[in-house]
Amino acid sequence: MDTLALSRLQFALTAMFHFIFVPLTLGLGWLTAFFETRYARTGDERWLSITRFWGKLFLINFALGVVTGLTMEFQFGMNWAEYSKYVGDIFGAPLAIEATVAFFMESTFIGVWVFGWERLSRKAHAGAMWIVAFATNMSALWILLANGWMQRPVGYVLRNGRAEMVDFAALITNPYGWLEFFHTVFAGWVIAGFFVMGVSAWHLLRRNQEDLFKRSFGAGAVFALASSLLVAGVGDLSGVNAAKNQPAKFAAMESVWETRTAAPMALLTIPSLSGEGNAVEALKIPYALSLLAFHSPSAEVKGLNDFLPADRPPVPPVFLSFRTMVALGGLFILLSGAGVWLWHKDLLQEYPLYLKVMLFSIPLPYIAIQLGWIVTEMGRQPWAVYGLMRTAEGVTKTVSTGQVWMSLIGFTLFYSALGIVDIWLLAKYAKKGMEG
Amino acid sequence: MDYAKVWFVLWAVLWTGYFALDGFDLGVGFSGWLAADGEEEIRNVFSSIGPFWDGNEVWLVTAGGATFAAFPAVYAGLFSWLYPALLLILFSLIARGVSLEFRGKLQSPAWKSFWAGSAAVSSFLAALLFGVAFGNLFRGLEINAGGYNGTFVGLLNPYALLTGALFCAFFFFHGQLWLAFKTAGPVAARAGRLASKGWYGLALLLALFLAASWLSTGLSGNFIVRKYLLVLPLGLAAALSAAKILLARGLPGRAFLASFASIVLFSLSGFAGLYPDLLASRVDPAFSLTVYNSSSSAYTLRLMAAVALVFLPAAIGCQVWVYRLFRAPLSAAELKKSGMY
Repeated sequence: MDTLALSRLQFALTAMFHFIFVPLTLGLGWLTAFFETRYARTGDERWLSITRFWGKLFLINFALGVVTGLTMEFQFGMNWAEYSKYVGDIFGAPLAIEATVAFFMESTFIGVWVFGWERLSRKAHAGAMWIVAFATNMSALWILLANGWMQRPVGYVLRNGRAEMVDFAALITNPYGWLEFFHTVFAGWVIAGFFVMGVSAWHLLRRNQEDLFKRSFGAGAVFALASSLLVAGVGDLSGVNAAKNQPAKFAAMESVWETRTAAPMALLTIPSLSGEGNAVEALKIPYALSLLAFHSPSAEVKGLNDFLPADRPPVPPVFLSFRTMVALGGLFILLSGAGVWLWHKDLLQEYPLYLKVMLFSIPLPYIAIQLGWIVTEMGRQPWAVYGLMRTAEGVTKTVSTGQVWMSLIGFTLFYSALGIVDIWLLAKYAKKGMEG
Repeated sequence: MDYAKVWFVLWAVLWTGYFALDGFDLGVGFSGWLAADGEEEIRNVFSSIGPFWDGNEVWLVTAGGATFAAFPAVYAGLFSWLYPALLLILFSLIARGVSLEFRGKLQSPAWKSFWAGSAAVSSFLAALLFGVAFGNLFRGLEINAGGYNGTFVGLLNPYALLTGALFCAFFFFHGQLWLAFKTAGPVAARAGRLASKGWYGLALLLALFLAASWLSTGLSGNFIVRKYLLVLPLGLAAALSAAKILLARGLPGRAFLASFASIVLFSLSGFAGLYPDLLASRVDPAFSLTVYNSSSSAYTLRLMAAVALVFLPAAIGCQVWVYRLFRAPLSAAELKKSGMY
């Protein structure tokens, strides 16, 4: 493999590893803050036990989210120096703002929350967690406005051999970034909802602390259902957005090769491995693809044949990831909907099979969110900045293949060890149950 | 107003803030165990930095982000040219963070001593490597027309290693003073004695560093042309002497503030000497990355200056509030509640 391939692999692995831990944080912070507010308002010690249990899991997970985020900041400069020089004027701004505005708040108030139980009033202590939850979601906003700019560059001119910012307002109102933000944070909330339901299910199956875990399950289920519906709604808008702004990505997501109006959608599609056309296309729903792409039955959908092979993203991984993600998204609505109903009717313990399914469903939203990022980032290829800079042009020229091999192996070993320890700790504390 | 110059100052301030703040918790990380005897004292050592280190590290993230936004070519050059060094710094910081987080999660002695050891090694490496990296920045890099032309081994030159040792000495002194001031009983007493001894090593290394900088780097030029800048290194000498005197008088809190001031003045002296270069070339000044040839557009610099002006004071305000909130040491009950026992 050459430096480019290795650097891409390293970026993908480290970003995906980072994104095992970040999304749970995005949602579990809100849930923990909600639990603690119930405690602060009522003084009911049961809510305190619930808060402390989920808060502890939040922290174990949070630790790796923070340290692996450092890697992302270092890596743009280390492995993508040409990219950084070319776009730093506009792309660096949201990253720097994220650090100054959101990350500062998050890192400062997490310490307050962890150590401040005896030093703040109950309400102020709950307030610290609300600030942490808000700040982590704000972090996501600035990072995704940066990513949104890579997907749909706005607010810049090409000057002095680089992209220079001329319109900050355009950067921060870029609809692509906002859609990514909502889709990503809602997906993170789904992860948190399923995590809370799954861990609670494990305890309910063992009849541990049933009252406490039923309360947790209910909050997780309601949160997961609302978030699954929201994530699907934003997902639909994101599809329209991709079709409009990144037709090659949309065509790869659906594996569409011929441009046509009133396009049908083939429910069963298998892209051919030769890289041209589909091996199987069956079960066509008339107009469905045009409706999905532009919310209009007669609209024209661009096919991949309209793009030079060098300008097409890799179709099979984008297509398969997209289909799987959508199917999982549908499943999340059904599973969390059932959870809300069973919890509301107080029937959870009557359906051990459902509880078992929920326990084993914990990884599913994690898989869905990773697949979503594969669609977003692989679907943007061959571009680093869509239509402006190719990924191959962005890689560092002065770093040798050997150095990237070294760092890639280093990251793989180091991250594997950290991931195993952290997930083992999470499982240990999750199984331990609540205090008091 | 020339915003590139404003951003050079902000760039210097952010790195300076990072060294002065993370400096003490890195110092506690690699040398705190010297002041502690037994598990309970080790716990007090780690808990003294518990509520603060994460917020301190954000200064690094902000310094990195600001370099990216305000001086993209410097960000790209610094991180890619020093690739292996930056990778080691990154791994050290990751290991330091997880060590502090994981240590209290299990009660087994083997688990605790493993993470305490890994916190010590990783904090030491981070301190040393930051010193080596900034030593090379002060000394200048082998930058020619095609970019960096040096090697990793070339980064380990005597001047850079001296700077690395100096950073470790600064953070050792700073960390021990923190313990002398924030802990009680035997730990504080031992830390005070260690700081007092460490001061001599620090003073010696600093004298060597100043002499070597004067003789073998371009840092002296600005101080010769603009004599008023000499207030920075003179202030550094005064602050460091004050730290020793205050410590001897049994005022470790004030000694810590003096040590804080000395790191600030040391770092600002270095940046003042570097100006207008950010990454100086040893080959030919024409290849240096300077305020003039490596900054972002005026629009971006002005916008980011406004962001910094509004949010940096707010962030500092929050951190000051946190330092006040946790002024009194954490009790054993609080530690148990925090899950960092």
